[in-house]
Amino acid sequence: MIESFFQYEFLQNAAITGILIGLIAPLLGVFIVVRRLSLIADALSHITLTGIAASLLLEKRVTAVQDWNPVYMGMVFSVAGAILIERLRKLYKHYEELAIPIILSGGIGLGVILISLADGFNTDLFSYLFGSVTAVDRASMWTVLSITVAVIVIVILFYKELFVLSFDEEHAATSGVNARWIHLLFIVMVALVIASSMQVVGILLVSALMTLPVAAALRLSKSFKQTIGLSIAFGETSVLVGLFSSYHLSVPPGGTIVMTAILLLIMTILYKKMSQQLWIKGEAS
Amino acid sequence: MNNYPIVEMDHVSFKYEKETVVQDVSLTIDQGQFLGLVGPNGSGKSTLIKLMLGLEKQTKGKIRLFGQPIKQFKDWKEIGFVSQKANSFNSGFPATVLEVVKAGLVSKIGTFKFFNKKHKEKALSALKTVGMEAYAHSNIGDLSGGQQQRVFIARALVSDPSLLILDEPTVGVDSKHVTEFYNLLGRLNKEEGITLLMVTHDIGTITDHATHVICMNKTVHFHGASEEYDEFNEQDLNRLYGHSVQQLTHNHDHHEVYHND
Ligand SMILES: Nc1ncnc2c1ncn2[C@@H]1O[C@H](COP(=O)(O)OP(=O)(O)OP(=O)(O)O)[C@@H](O)[C@H]1O
Ligand SMILES: [Mg+2]
Repeated sequence: MIESFFQYEFLQNAAITGILIGLIAPLLGVFIVVRRLSLIADALSHITLTGIAASLLLEKRVTAVQDWNPVYMGMVFSVAGAILIERLRKLYKHYEELAIPIILSGGIGLGVILISLADGFNTDLFSYLFGSVTAVDRASMWTVLSITVAVIVIVILFYKELFVLSFDEEHAATSGVNARWIHLLFIVMVALVIASSMQVVGILLVSALMTLPVAAALRLSKSFKQTIGLSIAFGETSVLVGLFSSYHLSVPPGGTIVMTAILLLIMTILYKKMSQQLWIKGEAS
Repeated sequence: MNNYPIVEMDHVSFKYEKETVVQDVSLTIDQGQFLGLVGPNGSGKSTLIKLMLGLEKQTKGKIRLFGQPIKQFKDWKEIGFVSQKANSFNSGFPATVLEVVKAGLVSKIGTFKFFNKKHKEKALSALKTVGMEAYAHSNIGDLSGGQQQRVFIARALVSDPSLLILDEPTVGVDSKHVTEFYNLLGRLNKEEGITLLMVTHDIGTITDHATHVICMNKTVHFHGASEEYDEFNEQDLNRLYGHSVQQLTHNHDHHEVYHND
C-alpha cells in the first residue's frame, strides 16, 4: 500500500481523509458518549443517507446536477436533521431521547422512498453504506480537511463550556454558559463530521467510529483529557489498520475499520481485567 | 459595600404545569447574612432557589440579583451553588476531582479564554479548604457520596463568590465533617463577608449558626433573626408541617424535627 499510496491519487485521498476522521470522530464522540447520546450519531448518519439518496435521484432526473457529489447533499440533510433534533429535544423536555428515533425512522422512511424512485440499489449506494477506498475525490478530501480544522478550533475554544455542559447542565446554566447556542454548535459539528466520515467508513458504521474508541478509552482513563487523547489514539489506529487491510483484502473499509476498533475494545477490556487481577494478587501476597 | 440587597424577590409565584409550588413570596437577602431556609419536603425550597438562579422562570413577580433583574444578570462568578441533585451526575463520567473543581471557574475565566496553571492552583486550594486535596487526581465517580458532596462545595467556592447557595449540602456528610463544614461556613461568613443561603432539615443546628431563618411551605411563614425563630413555637411548626411535630433534643444539644403522623 505504501508504494501505491504515492502512485494513486484515490489512495492518498482515502488515507488522508481517514486520518482526519480518525481524529475528529472520536474527539466529538467523547462528548456524545459521556452525555449518553450515542444514538444521535446513528440518527444523523441515517438522515445523511436520505440526503445521498435524494442526490442520486436528482442526478438521474435532472441533467443540471449531473456532477454533484452526493456527499454535499448528505451534509445538508445531516445538518438539517441535527437542528431538528435540537428542536425536538426542547419540545420533549423530559423525553429528550425521543428525538432520536423520530429522526432515525423519518430518515430511513424517506430514504427508502427516494432510493426506490431512483431505481433501487446500485454500486454507488453500496459504497456509501459500507465505505470505500476509491470513492473519495480530491475536492471532498479538502472539504473534510476544512471541517477538521474548524472542529478542532471550536473544540479548543469552547472546551470549558463543552465540558461543563457535558458534566452538569444545571451548573453550566449558573456559570453563564449559553447552553442553547453551544448545543447547536456542537450538534452541527457532529452532523458535518458524520457526513465526512461516511465516505470512508460508510453510513451504517459511522457511529461506531465515534463510540467504539471512546468505549475503549473509558476503560483505561481517569481524567477527561486522557479520555480524549486515548479515544483519538484508538480511532487513528482503527482507521489506519482498517484501511490497510481493506485495501489488501479488497473488502469495504467500514468493515475492517470497525472490526479493528472492536478488537482494540476487547484488548482494553482484557487488559483492565488482567491488571486488576494482578493488583489483587499483589495485595494478597 | 453596596447598598442594594444581594437577592430581592417581590411577590414571586411559580407553578410547574398546574400546581402552584411557590406562592407570593417576597423577601430580601442582605449582604453578610447567613440565612437558613427550612420547611417540610415538597414545600418549594429547592424551587425557590431555582427561581433565584434563573433556572426556572417565575409565573408572577420580580426577582433581582445584586440589584439587577434576573434576566440581565451576567455576573455568575459572584454566585456559588451546590444543588440538591449535585450527586446525581453520570457516575461513570471520566473526570478527575480537579477537572470538576476547575469547571467552577468557567464563569470567572470567561469565553475564549483557557484554563492555566493559576486556575489549577486555585482549584487545589479550594479542595484543601474542604479537606479533599488528597483526592485531586481521583476519578469523581470513585468517591463516596459525602466526599463528592465536599468536592461540589469546593467547586462552588473556587470562584470566590460573594453569595453561596447550598441546597441540603450536608446530606451524606459524616458528623465530623458536618461540624467542620459549619465552622467553614462560619469563617466564610464572618471573615470573608460571604452571604450564605442554606437549605436544611436540621433546624436545631441551623438556628445555632445562621443569622437569619426563613421557614416556608409554598409561602413564607417566618422570616427573621435566628433568635426570634427559637421563639417561633411548637404550635406554629405543627401548623406549618401539617401534623404533629416534636422538637427532639439530642445529648449534644442538637435539635431535629420529628414527624409524627
Ligand atoms: N421538575 C418538576 N416538575 C414538576 N413538579 C415539580 C418539579 N420539581 C418539584 N416539583 C414539585 O414542586 C414541589 C416543591 O418541590 P421542591 O423540590 O421545591 O421541594 P423542597 O422543599 O425542596 O423539598 P425537599 O425538602 O424534599 O427537598 C413538590 O410538590 C414537587 O412535587
Ligand atoms: Mg429540595
